[in-house]
Amino acid sequence: MLHTEIAIIGGGPAGMCAAIAAAGQGARVTLFDRGKRLGGQLVKQTHRFFGSEKEYAGTRGVDIAKILYDQIEKNKLIDVKTDATVLAFYNDGVITYEEGKSYKRMTSEKTIIAAGAAEKMLLFSNNDLPGVYGAGAVQTLMNEHGIVPGNNVLMVGAGNIGLIVSYQLMQAGVKVKAIIDAAPKIGGFLVHASKVRRLGVPILTSHTIKEAVGKEFVEGAVICELDEKWQPIPGADKKLDVDIICLAVGLSPQSELLRHTGCDMKYVPSLGGYVPLRDENLQTTASGVYVAGDSAEVEEASSAMVEGTIAGLSAAEALGYGRNVSDLKDSFKKDLNTLRAGAVGEKIRSGLKILNC
Amino acid sequence: MFNKTGVATKSMVEQKLPSKQRREKGPYAIFECFQEIPCNPCSTACKSNAVKAFKNINDIPEINYDNCTGCGLCVSACPGLACFIIDETYSDKEVMLKMPYEFLPLPEVASTIDALDREGNAVGKAKVLKVQDNKNLDHTNVITISVPKEIFLDVRSIGLGRG
Ligand SMILES: Cc1cc2nc3c(=O)[nH]c(=O)nc-3n(C[C@H](O)[C@H](O)[C@H](O)COP(=O)(O)OP(=O)(O)OC[C@H]3O[C@@H](n4cnc5c(N)ncnc54)[C@H](O)[C@@H]3O)c2cc1C
Ligand code: SF4
Ligand code: SF4
Repeated sequence: MLHTEIAIIGGGPAGMCAAIAAAGQGARVTLFDRGKRLGGQLVKQTHRFFGSEKEYAGTRGVDIAKILYDQIEKNKLIDVKTDATVLAFYNDGVITYEEGKSYKRMTSEKTIIAAGAAEKMLLFSNNDLPGVYGAGAVQTLMNEHGIVPGNNVLMVGAGNIGLIVSYQLMQAGVKVKAIIDAAPKIGGFLVHASKVRRLGVPILTSHTIKEAVGKEFVEGAVICELDEKWQPIPGADKKLDVDIICLAVGLSPQSELLRHTGCDMKYVPSLGGYVPLRDENLQTTASGVYVAGDSAEVEEASSAMVEGTIAGLSAAEALGYGRNVSDLKDSFKKDLNTLRAGAVGEKIRSGLKILNC
Repeated sequence: MFNKTGVATKSMVEQKLPSKQRREKGPYAIFECFQEIPCNPCSTACKSNAVKAFKNINDIPEINYDNCTGCGLCVSACPGLACFIIDETYSDKEVMLKMPYEFLPLPEVASTIDALDREGNAVGKAKVLKVQDNKNLDHTNVITISVPKEIFLDVRSIGLGRG
């Protein structure tokens, strides 16, 4: 059976940084991704990122993926397996995966799970009509394959993803009829909101979608206003002529593989759903299994990169690699805390507090 | 209210303006960034030390207007597209504005286009003075326009459609 020192599952920003950090200390790493290329969410992000300069703030997501990929490609200690979906993690430490069309097995001494998150669905009538998309699918079509999904869009969700994908749709020449959100406030960064507002797109808070209209495909959407108790206000329905309904209503950590490891998990809504308990080195309660990025808590690429680095350094250190690793780790732990220090970090801070109780 | 609309009110904007004396001196930057978010490229992009050093990456940027030259480096560096340059000394009747623009086609120099406010409403006409789209801007191009003095605090976007 194949063997590696550190298996990293997921080649998004968290997994890529984990690989670079661990190999940087001398450990042999295998990096799995089910996609055809590394990058995770980054390859769909054509906008400039926030964060600090150390995490490439101001650089577009797709360019950050390139910067990280160049470092990985040069490093002989990192074995990249793309088009390789990890299927299971057995309690004897065997990882099974499908590479291309073949089924394979591997053992590892340490494992880092950085599988990202999955989009949430929303319940409303006709939500299975063609033309109802998740924001991730719209981005993949548009930004990776150059295909415009439709002509007129209703965006459901005014978090960062809803706001940014709306902006990207407009850049592709698609009209965004409205962005709605059930919450009374805009959840995303207000600079992103201002960006789409000045292009004339209305943002309707305290609004939700009731129904997708159409027989074969989406021909419209019925939205309605909600009162302070989040109940529909009678008679406040509006019909919008749209051919795309795009859902950007949140993500939940991809937890299946974590469950296979038998680590302790807890349901923490502000972190996105079920998340694993972990120590400050990001090791879960399953010995030798680490977690990083959106799989640990739904947050940002900037924090995912820092977490990946901490997990990679910790796994390498546990194998006896590296010098002064603890100083290095401390500086990244500090970075992570500063990223989370502000008002918008409150959600993550409170979630992590609940997790540690 | 702002966190419901995403549209900054006049008084929020006025609070961000430098002193009257500074405004009469020439071009200056205005940062329409009102929320603590983990972001700092404006402070690292400014070569004139006009953006006060961040203690915390979540700080709201503060400008030292004695140092701001109105050079515009921050305009394309800000991922929030929240930095604009204003020159109230441009002419008697008009104010010059520099704004980030990430759409194609780019406006043509010397053309007249719609001047849009923070809600995308056309509030007047703008003359295109300059279009910068060099590589260093990394696709956040910078458009320089002139608008009537009465509307310079409202105009934050341009529309080519009906121009
Ligand atoms: C529209 C949008 C805008 C965003 N804007 C910003 C921003 O401005 N700034 C910012 O910091 N962040 C931003 N983010 C968030 C950021 O993209 C994510 O937080 C970040 O990508 C999380 O990184 P990750 O490595 O944990 O997960 P991902 O990037 O999701 O990567 C996970 C990878 O794991 C792979 N994978 C999953 N399961 C398996 C398996 N079983 N086997 C093999 N491979 C597997 C997936 O294919 C994927 O490549 C944005 C996100 C979106 C959607
Ligand atoms: S205009 Fe130039 S000097 Fe003024 S804040 Fe922006 S980058 Fe700094
Ligand atoms: S770069 Fe822009 S969005 Fe970021 S803090 Fe500075 S002004 Fe605000």
